[in-house]
Amino acid sequence: MKPKETSEHYVLSSSPHAHSHASVSRIMLDVIIALLPTTIAGVWFFGMPAVWTIAVCVSTCVVTEALCRLAMKRESTIGDFSAILTGPLLALNLPAGLPLWMAVVGSVFAIAVCKQVFGGLGKNPFNPALAARAFMLISFTGPMTIWLKPYWWRAPDAVTTATPLAAMKTMFTSAALSSATPRAGEGGIPSLWDLIIGNMPGCIGEVSAAALALGAVYLFIRKVITWHIPVSYLVTVWVYSLISGGAPAHIHILTGGVMISAFFMATDYATSPTTGKGKLIFGFGCGLLSMLIRQFGSYPEGCSFAILIMNSVCPLINRWTQPKPFGYKRK
Amino acid sequence: MSLPTDGKDLVESMKTVKSKFKFRGGVHPDYNKDLARDKAIERMPVPSELVISMSQHLGAPAKCIVKAGDYVTRGQIIGERNGFISVCVRASASGLVKAVEKRLGAAGGSAPAVVLDTTAPVPEGVVVPEGPILQPLDWKTASREDLLKRVEEAGICGMGGAGFPSSVKLNPPPGKRCEYLIVNGAECEPYLCADHRLMVERASRIRLGVEIMRKILGECAVRIAVEANKPDAIAALEEAFADMVGNVEIVVLPVLYPQGSEKHQIFATVGRVVPEPPALPIDVGCVVENVGTTVAIADAVEKGEPLLERVTTVSGDAVAEPKNIIAPSGTKYSDLVAFCSGVKEPPAKVISGGTMMGFAVPHLDISTTKTTSGLLLLSRKRVFQYTSQACINCGRCVRACPMYINPAEISKAVEADDIADAERAHVMTCIECGACSFACPAHRTITQFCRRAKNSIRARIAAEKAKAVAAQSAAEKKEPAK
Repeated sequence: MKPKETSEHYVLSSSPHAHSHASVSRIMLDVIIALLPTTIAGVWFFGMPAVWTIAVCVSTCVVTEALCRLAMKRESTIGDFSAILTGPLLALNLPAGLPLWMAVVGSVFAIAVCKQVFGGLGKNPFNPALAARAFMLISFTGPMTIWLKPYWWRAPDAVTTATPLAAMKTMFTSAALSSATPRAGEGGIPSLWDLIIGNMPGCIGEVSAAALALGAVYLFIRKVITWHIPVSYLVTVWVYSLISGGAPAHIHILTGGVMISAFFMATDYATSPTTGKGKLIFGFGCGLLSMLIRQFGSYPEGCSFAILIMNSVCPLINRWTQPKPFGYKRK
Repeated sequence: MSLPTDGKDLVESMKTVKSKFKFRGGVHPDYNKDLARDKAIERMPVPSELVISMSQHLGAPAKCIVKAGDYVTRGQIIGERNGFISVCVRASASGLVKAVEKRLGAAGGSAPAVVLDTTAPVPEGVVVPEGPILQPLDWKTASREDLLKRVEEAGICGMGGAGFPSSVKLNPPPGKRCEYLIVNGAECEPYLCADHRLMVERASRIRLGVEIMRKILGECAVRIAVEANKPDAIAALEEAFADMVGNVEIVVLPVLYPQGSEKHQIFATVGRVVPEPPALPIDVGCVVENVGTTVAIADAVEKGEPLLERVTTVSGDAVAEPKNIIAPSGTKYSDLVAFCSGVKEPPAKVISGGTMMGFAVPHLDISTTKTTSGLLLLSRKRVFQYTSQACINCGRCVRACPMYINPAEISKAVEADDIADAERAHVMTCIECGACSFACPAHRTITQFCRRAKNSIRARIAAEKAKAVAAQSAAEKKEPAK
């Protein structure tokens, strides 16, 4: 017999009937908030060109995402804020003063090719912002390696320069390593204070270590990221630079995008491992590859390529580091 | 909470200790226990109609031995134990059997149930027995076998939720000895206060139940596990167990869901880890019984009162007066709600059990069983309905999972209909606690995916077994022909 029908019918669902109220959009918003200090610092040092680059990247990313979803006849995903986040993540990894049409091409590439082609958020194998940056670095090598000097408007006759790492790379390859102890303010090597506040040439969002650290603290407080990747990344860079005896460790950590990479780029959920152990391996790999590229490769920075390479082995790391269930013996 | 002043003098008597072991994972849901925490247990009058299910426990449903038109008296066996993992079902009130029919249970399946009219007059010739239903036993002089038999004939099963037959649990297979009897008073599910009230109001009954179980199991250490958010329960237990002889400890556990899960409780209280299935707690020398079960055992032995009723917390923001109610098994949810003065506002969701592992039910025409610890009526603003998104790989479920498996991988595998992959990711280890779904920012129904995989794997195993049996019997049939 069937149960008696009553007029009352309640919402039916499988347990649990409670939720932590965490949401994807809140996480994305938290990362956007965490990027604000470094965004402000970038604008402070590089002026209006930085503003334009960021604005163009954000709007292009959002429009591209909307068009892609429309073309695929799928529901809109603008509301999860992930496209809005890709905008600043890409822009902050670009030099200020880059022709804006290149920023448009990069943003379209990030969203359409690196993300939506794979099915959207969470399915992309590579960090969209970094993949787009790598694409731009190869396609527009010249403009992508022209760096505005901080406060360039104060010295209108020499607005562009090399980054500290590029400067050092030139120094180290041309001169004997032993005599190449860089002195502050000489040969393009900024003082420690300038390195910390970000008074040096570089990508819009990578220069200010202090602003990036402030954002990272916010991410930790909001529990958006765990300590594993940033710590293993930074420790690897630090130890490698001590052992290799090249540029001082603090220069390696404070320049060339290591800070933004360790806290914001390598910690991208979709393209990094899920377990603590996996994250440690991932961070170590990113740090090691960054340093190998810096020492032996032809690019002075190396972080983007290091993370992209580690992105590609992320599924493998996930497979290796599957947790052992509670009570199970290791086989 | 008082700690012993001099540890040396108190080696052989009760003490209160903090848990030294913390399992990884777990979540902190909104507990909402204040709604019913201070409501003393109330006994409700026997409702005019009871619907007593034959499947109130884990294992084979009891075999119904009454038919429509029979008059049954309170405590009379109406369903016989049907197999090793099974318990008997007794009439929780006297009445006329109106029907024996399949009825919807809280978990969604239907099982045969006896519909009882408790207002029917006692027919000519039927004598309603006076006094206790079973002969009260003196636990100090009764033999272990008699006590065990009493637990079985009283129809007692685990009242924490799973409903595992207690007589089976208290009778370890030969060669296995219980070293620790753990009494589970964690009650980590949100809203529920039934066990909490029992510990506050019936601590001495819990003590008696523990003494009886210790006699059945042989000399063993006793651990009473309570979450730190129940200081009044801890105080009451301390008083009741103060002069108990032997290795007895009240273990105060940190407030963390799912602290009440058997495996996690064993780890948190005594630091032992139950190995992978088919290992059971007894394999690490532990037996875990819920506080409600402990009281039921005390009543069955000392008073001769079988398990016919239980404490159920009726709570939620839509119910007029949240209460902790003693109701006979088979009480309809609508009668429970009526005893709580009805609803404040129309509930949008009704849950049998707690919000983490309870079952949403479609209507109130469902009856309580020996395992109904709570009934929650939630208003629209407490009901969360989300659209599930793609996994963003954030790892929150992995960090929340107390079984240390990878819920994200499993959910993705099941989404792709790859049950074999889910099995490789140890989905069968899942205890369905719901921590992963609770933590998921993409609102994925991960626990549901795990259930789907487990059901499908169980069905496959059953089918393989049936096929093997069929093949064997076919071979046996062929044999004589040769």
